[in-house]
Amino acid sequence: MTELTALSLSVEDGIAVLTFDLPGESVNKFSPSVIEEFTGYLALLEQDQAVRGAVLISGKPGTFIAGADIDQFLAFRSADDAAQASAFGHTMMRRIETGRIPLVVAVEGACLGGGLEFALAAAYRLAADTPKTVFSLPEIKLGLIPGAGGTQRLPRRIGVQAALDMILTGKNVRAKKAKQLGLIDEIVHPSILREVAIRRARELAEGKIPRARETRRRTTMSRALDDTAVGRAIVLRQARQLAMKKSGGNYPAIPAAIDAVRAAFAGSESAGYATEARLFGQLAMSPVCKELMFLFYATTALKKDAGVPEGTVAAKVDRIGVVGSGFMGAGIAAVSAQQGIPVRFKDTALERVAAGLASVRDVLREGLTRKHITRREYEDRVGLVSGTASYTGFGRIPLVIEAVFEDLGVKHIVVRELEQVLPADAVLATNTSTIPIARIAEASARPARVIGMHFFSPVHKMPLLEVVVTPKTAPEVTATAVEFGRRIGKTVIVVNDAPGFYVNRILAPYIAEAGRLLDEGVRVEAIDRAMRAFGFPVGPFTLIDEVGLDIAGKSGAIMAEAFGDRIRSSEALARVVAAGRLGRKGGKGFYGYDEKGKRTGVDSAVYALYPGGARKTELSAHAIQQRLVLAMVNEAVRCLADGVVRSPRDGDIGAVFGIGFPPFRGGPFRYIDSTGAGEIVSRLEALAATHGGPYVPSDFLTTHARASRTFYPPTGKPV
Amino acid sequence: MRTSPLGGPGSGQRVAIIDGVRTPFAKAGTLLKHLGVIELGKLAVSELIHRTDLDPASVDLLTFGTVIPSVLAPNPAREIALMPLLPKGVQAWTVSRACASANQAITDAADQILLGHATVAIAGGAESLSNVPILHSRGFSDALVAASRAKTPIQRVQSLAAIRPKDLIPVTPAIAEPTTGETMGQSAEKMAKLNGITREAQDALALASHHGAAQGTADGRLTAEILPIFPERGSRTPITADNGIRADTTAAQLAKLSPVFDRAYGTVTAGNASPLTDGGAAVLLMREDVAKAAGLTPKAYIRSYAYAALDPGEQLLQAPVLAAPLALRRAGLTLDQIALVEMHEAFAAQVLSNLQGFESQRWAERAGESKPLGAVDRAKLNVMGGSVAIGHPFGATGARVTTTLVNELARRNGQFGLMTVCAAGGLGFAMVLERA
Repeated sequence: MTELTALSLSVEDGIAVLTFDLPGESVNKFSPSVIEEFTGYLALLEQDQAVRGAVLISGKPGTFIAGADIDQFLAFRSADDAAQASAFGHTMMRRIETGRIPLVVAVEGACLGGGLEFALAAAYRLAADTPKTVFSLPEIKLGLIPGAGGTQRLPRRIGVQAALDMILTGKNVRAKKAKQLGLIDEIVHPSILREVAIRRARELAEGKIPRARETRRRTTMSRALDDTAVGRAIVLRQARQLAMKKSGGNYPAIPAAIDAVRAAFAGSESAGYATEARLFGQLAMSPVCKELMFLFYATTALKKDAGVPEGTVAAKVDRIGVVGSGFMGAGIAAVSAQQGIPVRFKDTALERVAAGLASVRDVLREGLTRKHITRREYEDRVGLVSGTASYTGFGRIPLVIEAVFEDLGVKHIVVRELEQVLPADAVLATNTSTIPIARIAEASARPARVIGMHFFSPVHKMPLLEVVVTPKTAPEVTATAVEFGRRIGKTVIVVNDAPGFYVNRILAPYIAEAGRLLDEGVRVEAIDRAMRAFGFPVGPFTLIDEVGLDIAGKSGAIMAEAFGDRIRSSEALARVVAAGRLGRKGGKGFYGYDEKGKRTGVDSAVYALYPGGARKTELSAHAIQQRLVLAMVNEAVRCLADGVVRSPRDGDIGAVFGIGFPPFRGGPFRYIDSTGAGEIVSRLEALAATHGGPYVPSDFLTTHARASRTFYPPTGKPV
Repeated sequence: MRTSPLGGPGSGQRVAIIDGVRTPFAKAGTLLKHLGVIELGKLAVSELIHRTDLDPASVDLLTFGTVIPSVLAPNPAREIALMPLLPKGVQAWTVSRACASANQAITDAADQILLGHATVAIAGGAESLSNVPILHSRGFSDALVAASRAKTPIQRVQSLAAIRPKDLIPVTPAIAEPTTGETMGQSAEKMAKLNGITREAQDALALASHHGAAQGTADGRLTAEILPIFPERGSRTPITADNGIRADTTAAQLAKLSPVFDRAYGTVTAGNASPLTDGGAAVLLMREDVAKAAGLTPKAYIRSYAYAALDPGEQLLQAPVLAAPLALRRAGLTLDQIALVEMHEAFAAQVLSNLQGFESQRWAERAGESKPLGAVDRAKLNVMGGSVAIGHPFGATGARVTTTLVNELARRNGQFGLMTVCAAGGLGFAMVLERA
């Protein structure tokens, strides 16, 4: 046999050491063939009486097992198919758990999903003391639940409360915390991981360590809640209420996970596993899972696509300049410092720099408060941002991001000033949300070096970055901006320069139509509630309040100018803006806010500003949702047709990560695919009859629908 | 052919000073009290790197001076070098030569460059007199050590029971000479008496110091050397200038102050002495050719330097009188060729004593010269004030004086500048710089 194998075996003094190193992959994943190989070894070792214990260790530095290879999920044809795959996993885990040979897992690096389920079935879990050693069950992020016994073994090992926390959030648990939870048995220095693992395997074989043992530290509270039927019932009920409230009931994996955990304590062990398999099977075929899997594949594909010709080399960015110390500039400086990148932070007056630095520290301090970083690390990061009111220190900077006031004149001054001091090959990025990059580049002596980097607020929380290129932008400039964006943890889409770029352009008709609904007498809270129910994180008026009505108004005007009757003006919106209600930052917008900034509900004074006065119109949630979503979806297709976005994939990622388009719906293009392009066109036409502009389907969409095309392949890997 | 003795035979390369930068100097216990030596040093070094557009990867070494040692970080220079802006491989050491500590750091760095051991070096110093270590008394320390060695709880209690109330009084380090027991102020007082320096002369020098510094602050020459500090605690107003300079002080106000060290016959007051100060400063030194290759423009070159020492029991702060002739001789220059003189002002009485010494045949002979250096043209002396007004963070002052001299020499288009620094232990320092 010359076939490359994932596992290699060595036996040392009665202890078998299996090294997992999946060929051709950067991480280890479980696939049917790997499982077959593993069970083959297991059978072999079971028969060899000289072998008394076993160790599984990863051959890949910094990663243990990243979970199941999710490509195999695409092959499921039915819920039964998927449930069978789960049951197959159960059989293997059970064999590890109850076989003659005790298994020690030696974990260095990420131990995720199926990797953790495997570790839970082992007799001993040893972890390396490295920051990369983390444990998680991320299935929920794909609309699934753990299918290889995770919902059963985890709560039994660490208690219902801690297990639900891991299963429902999919969050990473570091080694030290995992030890506290009782998830793992021991933490050692990585250099002695293998040696200690072998010793522990021997001790298990010799009975010095019992195979069945408690690893959890119990407190009175955990005894009451984790170890009694009544306590567990309370925990499960509360988890369900909280999770349903947070998810709006749009994610079936959440109740399924809770049901599976409940089953771990309800009847026989095998009934518990059967429940897990059944629920896993149902979820695997659910539309939500399908869309979340799509997003996973889409973002993975995007990471390999910098939007520039192959071979374009990004410049090395060893420090950056940020001009403009407002909230955006401070956010950009903070996330750069978080990644260890020195920042020269410039504004016109030191008092402004001081205010910006205070925001930088606020962002960085969050890490300190959450104990993600030490005081020393915090101080190091703060020290990376150096403030100035002059352009000293810009002479060697490879990338400057200007985030000054949204005014073309001001931006032109800054571009000219910067080009006086920057090296000739520096990249000059402009963070604007409304001004076309080409207009800003008009002031530049080297427009090929000018690019847009549209960050979203707050920068340290919003995952998307739109890199905006003009026809003059050089490919290596784009590559540099994309590479830098990824380094600071952003999901980066490359879009072409046009008013609003992509994200704000598709948001504009959505917001404008929300305003039109106000004109028609629909209540603020009815609209916000309907859109939250659709799956948006917040409704349009909450969004406007957060962004600021001044900014939203200004942006809306620019979009209306650019796109004519597709962005219809709203009398109510205009009046609320004109009334000087600025949103959260001003203490009042559509909603009221108390002194502490806590929202107090829709401010009834807003209704007096309606053109129809306090007249109320009742419109169903569905009707509201269609009005707003279809306006957005129609514009998204126009963006694709106009070449603003390069692909439906970028369009979907932009909408989900930039606006919060419901992830379980995949994005505007996935929404069209799942609803049917023909159906979308006829809904648009119906709305266009009354409301015109924004609902007139683009030629691109009607052609697309008439040809019965889809944006994505209907089967197999979506991207 | 280059004549610089520091050029070394055959090297032909001089040590260039690219630039210098410092924190504002603040009276101890005021604006910078939350920042220790390491933080002050990091701020100065970070700004120096940014302002000079230096590639941090090119830095070979960092050396910093400080006077009051930190028990927790015995080599603060290394802690400063470990800031994330610099690669971890920058070797670093801390030097201490009392008030000439930063000068020691600078000459150490220059020597390393001339020896061919380095081409790019950061040197400077910092002092936080707001963060002086407070020590336990001998009795208290003995009891704690005994308690930590105790084998049983009873022994531990017994050790601690040995502590007496007087042991609880903490010990603060005094600025006194270990050999003579004299404080610095008493030494200055003695020098004033020995050299016949009047109260009026001292106050006039202090007044000139404040007015010169105030002028330099107002016209931005002095503040150009200062990096802004953005305080994390308290007021968020950026700190951009020294807080000890008094533009509005008058001779009459200075005359009202009582002598501190000799209440009956003394002349040294808080007004004509340098205050306890917090601050940090750093200077970038490079080998001439390396600077030019990196596209950096030197502001000045080190032409020569000299250290000297005398009996601390004699005139503690008079050694610059011995160091200056030596530095000038090494530079091949005479005082009349010097365009600017920067003299560290520990006390006005010390400055005036030093100036007097420059003109004295007796001091000239002690320095091994046949005739005195001569009188310093007061119009060329400390033209932007000195330590009396600006403040004196012991470890940092030498780098502050160097930076000012380099910049002002360029502004005035002068060719050579002389600086002197007096230091505890009877030490003196002098350096001659040449404008690039």
